[in-house]
Amino acid sequence: MKTLFERSVKGRSCAILPELDVPACLPERTRKQALRLPELSETDISRHYTELAGQTFGVNDGFYPLGSCTMKYNPKINEQTAALEGFADVHPLQDNVQGCLEVLATAEKYLCEITGMDAMTFQPAAGAHGELTGLMLIKRYHELHGNTARNKIIVPDSAHGTNPASSAMCGFTVVNIPSAEDGCVDLAKLREACGEDTAGLMLTNPNTLGIFDKHIREITDIVHEAGGLCYYDGANLNAVMGIARPGDMGFDCIHLNLHKSFSTPHGGGGPGSGPVGCKSFLAPYLPGKKVVCEDGRYAWQDRGPESIGAVRSFHGNFLVVIKAFTYLLSLGREGVPAVAQNAVLNANYLKHLLEGTYEVTNKGVCMHEFVLTLEREKKEIGVSAMDIAKALQDYDMHPPTMYFPLNVHEALMVEPTETESKETLDAAAAAFLEIYAKAKADPEAMHHTPYNSPITRPDEVKAARHPVLRYQFDD
Amino acid sequence: MGGYIPSTVLQQEEMLKEAGFSSMKDLYRDVPEALKLQKELNLPKGMSELETARTMRRLAGKNKVYDSVFRGAGAYRHYIPAIVKSVVNKEEFVTAYTPYQAEISQGVLQSIFEYQTMICELTGMDVANASVYDGAVAAAEAISMCRTPKKKKVFVSAGIHPDTLKVIRTYSWAASEEVVVLPLKDGLTDLSGLDSEASCVYVQQPNYYGVIEDLKDIAEKAHALGLQVIAGMEPFAMCLLETPAECGVDIAVGEGQPLGMPLSFGGPYLGFMAATTKMMRKLPGRIVGETEDTEGRRAFVLTLQAREQHIRREKASSNICSNEALCAMTAAVYLAAMGPEGMKNAASQCYAKAHYLAAELEKSGLKRCFEADFFNEFVTECADPEGLLARLDEKGILGGLPVENGILWCATELNSKEEIDALVKEVSA
Repeated sequence: MKTLFERSVKGRSCAILPELDVPACLPERTRKQALRLPELSETDISRHYTELAGQTFGVNDGFYPLGSCTMKYNPKINEQTAALEGFADVHPLQDNVQGCLEVLATAEKYLCEITGMDAMTFQPAAGAHGELTGLMLIKRYHELHGNTARNKIIVPDSAHGTNPASSAMCGFTVVNIPSAEDGCVDLAKLREACGEDTAGLMLTNPNTLGIFDKHIREITDIVHEAGGLCYYDGANLNAVMGIARPGDMGFDCIHLNLHKSFSTPHGGGGPGSGPVGCKSFLAPYLPGKKVVCEDGRYAWQDRGPESIGAVRSFHGNFLVVIKAFTYLLSLGREGVPAVAQNAVLNANYLKHLLEGTYEVTNKGVCMHEFVLTLEREKKEIGVSAMDIAKALQDYDMHPPTMYFPLNVHEALMVEPTETESKETLDAAAAAFLEIYAKAKADPEAMHHTPYNSPITRPDEVKAARHPVLRYQFDD
Repeated sequence: MGGYIPSTVLQQEEMLKEAGFSSMKDLYRDVPEALKLQKELNLPKGMSELETARTMRRLAGKNKVYDSVFRGAGAYRHYIPAIVKSVVNKEEFVTAYTPYQAEISQGVLQSIFEYQTMICELTGMDVANASVYDGAVAAAEAISMCRTPKKKKVFVSAGIHPDTLKVIRTYSWAASEEVVVLPLKDGLTDLSGLDSEASCVYVQQPNYYGVIEDLKDIAEKAHALGLQVIAGMEPFAMCLLETPAECGVDIAVGEGQPLGMPLSFGGPYLGFMAATTKMMRKLPGRIVGETEDTEGRRAFVLTLQAREQHIRREKASSNICSNEALCAMTAAVYLAAMGPEGMKNAASQCYAKAHYLAAELEKSGLKRCFEADFFNEFVTECADPEGLLARLDEKGILGGLPVENGILWCATELNSKEEIDALVKEVSA
């Protein structure tokens, strides 16, 4: 379809602003470079984006079992409350914001209760931003305790790519440790890796294979005994919220993905929100200001000289916090564990329906997600995880996460979430099984999937070798 | 009350049985008993949708929404055309994931490609990324693009937004990099302290106090010392003033909030980043590129991924994963609705209204602190800022922000002459 620039007609415009009602004036030196924005009517714009929406697959379009991404349904009431003028039209540097401060203080209280932490900041704007912030707390802690040699962060090979990348940004050296046979942390390898240079450990529990690490207390103890701190990547909190708390597992700080566990939409790649929680001994290092309450009046308070400073301007992605807070109010104390239980139930049910046809890496109980490996099929009939994923697009569903975690070959990572019904899961399982049968019968045809999408598979090599990153004008 | 769980209790029981579990509790057989929460969460009982809506409306009602706003300082109230919200509220855009599956994500991918093009047009630069969290983080990320193992020092102007300075300090501290602040002289960045030992210099245009810096001169002097130049740009100012590209800047970044995003108590906002082709492979985050599908049709994909965390892990150019895609789309729809003439007009109106406001305030005794020209913000002296702002507050006017020695005022196209005159009348009272 055409781009906005190809739809542009010289001289066309929307009538948005009134005429200038004060004397005109101009600065001394002005822009000479052309400003080639598209010239369009409102009809053009409306139809353009309606067409683009038709080539976009959202949670409202169908099943979205993207492992590690927790693509649950995004309740509409959350959008409505975040759009309230009393939240959306408030300046970040104004007074008279008791409502905003009350939301921040209460959301902090609820999320600390759910995670077993003592304090929280909402400044980080996404999960990876939260990771960086959490690692900065660890860095500050060691710095203020004279532990200058503690510059290594231990990361298991099953971790999200953001974990090592955040560690590097925070000036740490990354120590990758291989997982044990069962996909969990190899305690012997962890003991070997821990030492006087250990700053901390980053861990996701349940891990990216969907397994709850039974030895979690032992793991955090090993790190603590070596003098390191433990960071909990909250990407998979949906499996255990209301059931078990990172704070009770021995973690010192965590980040949450409000755009995963707490139902705020992903927006095609953000905005998210990645609040960071910590135990009280790390609280003075948190960035940004904190909200305090005295005699029912809320106020901002500086965190003091030990704070790491700021990781974003103002108070973070506030309207995303509004959405998550609305969701928390809807769930309440009984809803939070019900979400986790049903997320785990749906994953185990779907896993059960696929087992026997597909190879599942986790033979036992899984948590909120599980991983399939197409290693055998790739070897025997040449059908890859990518082929299966692309084929699923023709069944009105979004494919699972592909080629992750890295410690599984030809991986497909499936996370159904709790907001899908038994009927949806049954239909998805039927699609998976039908595709498998087709792959066996005609492997060659699988390489050309999908057949019904707006485009066939794009040439990614060409895109990277000859980058065209903006519209090219003729003139 | 509800968890948006569609399966009925009966269905849940069927599924448990089918998958070989005796109960919900049985699903957690791998979680050590000692780690399980032995009590109910200390949260209120879940609410119905109606109760939630009422509670949230009550909370929103505790915040004051001003009829008339003369405060900017990094967050600007502009008029938002109706088409903007209508487009970005489309469920497909709101609820989609990052477009990894290109075949069913052409809509999001093309919208980012169009956004990248518009950011290139605004800044005049060669390439742009798909966005980062906000303007402050964009500045910090741009500084890390310039970092080399040998040069672990950066210069920043004292005229940048205080939050941006804080964020830069925090990121640089984590990377063991020294931040040297260049002082202001008559409201403009004083370059006399520059040396060749740093990797780059970061300035803001117009600066925090509204003053228009001589960006061309800054770039020339910095380049002569071998420093890269990063400019934090206000998006409307770029439509009127010389572009960062015209001034010779290497990386142009900024806060995109003025482009169609409401004030939102500080977020979500939009960090935009654009650079010369030379710096392209150092850009952080998502970048969309054009290619072809197997039938030769135009297609868009996430590209240059060898820079990114999911491929390169600890060697990535940044850790960023989720960015601000829907805010980038907001900016693109806003720019499409305004068009080139609309943007130039809005920018001229911001400039003219701020100058009218400054002249009127001066007549009422509030003299500007700096002589140099300004864009849509300026600082005036004020003997009793608190008293004045309190009086304005009573009239539903959010006055400028108190800063050292005075008040930082802002005007945009949204402030009518009538509003400005009403403000000035209160100031004179």
